[in-house]
Amino acid sequence: MSDIVIRATKLGRDFKTVTALEALDLEVPAGIVFGFLGPNGAGKTTTIRLLLGLLEPTRGRAEVLGRDVASHGPEVRALSGALLEQSGLYERLSAADNLEYYGRIWRLAASERRARIRELLSHFGLWDRRAEPAGLWSRGMKQKLAVARALLHRPRLVFLDEPTAGLDPVAAASLRDDLAALAAREGTTIFLTTHNLDEAERLCHRVAIIRAGRLLAEGPVEELKRGPAAPATDVRGRGFGPALVERVGALPGVAGIDAADGLLTVHWKEAADTSALLRALVDGGAEVDELVARKATFEDAFLRLVKDEPQENASCSTI
Amino acid sequence: MFHDLRTVIWKEIKEILGQRGRFKGGRMGILIFLVVFGVVLPLQNGPEWVRSPLVMIYWAWVPFLLASGVVADSFAGERERHTLETLLASRLPDRAILAGKIGAAIVYAWGLTLACVMAGAVAINIVHGKGRLLFYAAPVAAGIFGLTFLVALLASGLGVLVSLRAATVRQAQQAFSVAFLLMFIPLLALPMLPGAVKAKLLAAVSGLNAVTVTLAVVLLLAIAAAVILIIADARFRRNRLILD
Repeated sequence: MSDIVIRATKLGRDFKTVTALEALDLEVPAGIVFGFLGPNGAGKTTTIRLLLGLLEPTRGRAEVLGRDVASHGPEVRALSGALLEQSGLYERLSAADNLEYYGRIWRLAASERRARIRELLSHFGLWDRRAEPAGLWSRGMKQKLAVARALLHRPRLVFLDEPTAGLDPVAAASLRDDLAALAAREGTTIFLTTHNLDEAERLCHRVAIIRAGRLLAEGPVEELKRGPAAPATDVRGRGFGPALVERVGALPGVAGIDAADGLLTVHWKEAADTSALLRALVDGGAEVDELVARKATFEDAFLRLVKDEPQENASCSTI
Repeated sequence: MFHDLRTVIWKEIKEILGQRGRFKGGRMGILIFLVVFGVVLPLQNGPEWVRSPLVMIYWAWVPFLLASGVVADSFAGERERHTLETLLASRLPDRAILAGKIGAAIVYAWGLTLACVMAGAVAINIVHGKGRLLFYAAPVAAGIFGLTFLVALLASGLGVLVSLRAATVRQAQQAFSVAFLLMFIPLLALPMLPGAVKAKLLAAVSGLNAVTVTLAVVLLLAIAAAVILIIADARFRRNRLILD
């Protein structure tokens, strides 16, 4: 069997005159947590709907778990789990009945269903309140119940559309831990969309960044951080006059300089050359108190990609 | 298919029984309905209740009344409460979802109607029986059985059809009422016919016996229900429901 669970080739979808997804090329390996990031309206939900066979693509194609989504949507849905934008819980039904319904939908045998419901509700700390209507629960509890529902039938692939959206930080962290643990324990591939960059950095093995229906970058978070978000060096001290700034700016590899109130920030095109910088500072007569190599953050990388990439000429940088 | 159908019906009935604060649906609502339509009204009419063939007309309205209370919720309710997309993202086949929704409304409306029919017969026997068994004549019993099923099927199919595209339950209920009224336009148009035509029509109807009329009504209902089910099946498209 292929190690790629999702393969999209020039996948696109238009809604009348609006292009929600332009031409997505994407491969998601099995057994990882894959983050799909982008601002509102980037095309994340449309992508999930296309991958689940809920929408027909306008162009291109996608294979999920080895099946073409356009022609084998029912099979794809049978092998996947999904927590979409809304938790999708029946609020008049109890938590246990919500899971019972989907357990029956996935055709789990009665004994297996009971055991699995108990296992998941216990794991999420919801077992004691299983008889309560889901509508009476807090948002965090509902979200956990919805995740439990998505994992109920032990799918090989789970789509989670912003699972921690609207949760308080404690509930979000708890749900993240649960997701990581469950993914590791059950070997499930998780396709996760989120706005939360910290969450993506903590949870995802690989991420893709999308904006206005275009893929901007894809790869492991660590490599993505080293990519478009180039390194910088902060220098604290005195004597950062125009002549010194000019001298530093002439160093090979320097992309730009910000100078203000005893702080000189040197942006590098690629790797920082700290020793050359220090020499230039000392030779230029500056008094250096502290020199710190600024660590590129994922947020820097994300913002630079999303804000700076010209929309008309955006191209995907696969790392 | 049968397993999936049963699963959807199981959930729908659970939700109907779990409804609170509404007369239609919910355990208390069902109990009140059963007492009013299955005990109070039959007792008010006395033994004639199980003797007259006209009782078929009364019972034919009951499943409509019951189905109309719950069926608008089938898809519009799921859409309004944001549960539809998750359901559509599951492995359930299109027809199982559609048939399950219609089936649940039929089970509720027809089942409760038959329960009322039986309760009425039991109440009449307890109060007026005096050692004799009072029950509907066989053709009337068969008529009630068939007519109530067809009305339940028609009302459920029509309700699900309008609910498929309605944004809210309220909108679905309004559309359902309008659609049902449209079906009765031929009856409403009767008084507007010229006097000679009306007289001829009346003479023709007067010449028919009760069995013929009942069979004609059954046939008409069956055709209408079949047409509605075919339209509902054609209009149920996952990708359209997602975008609606």
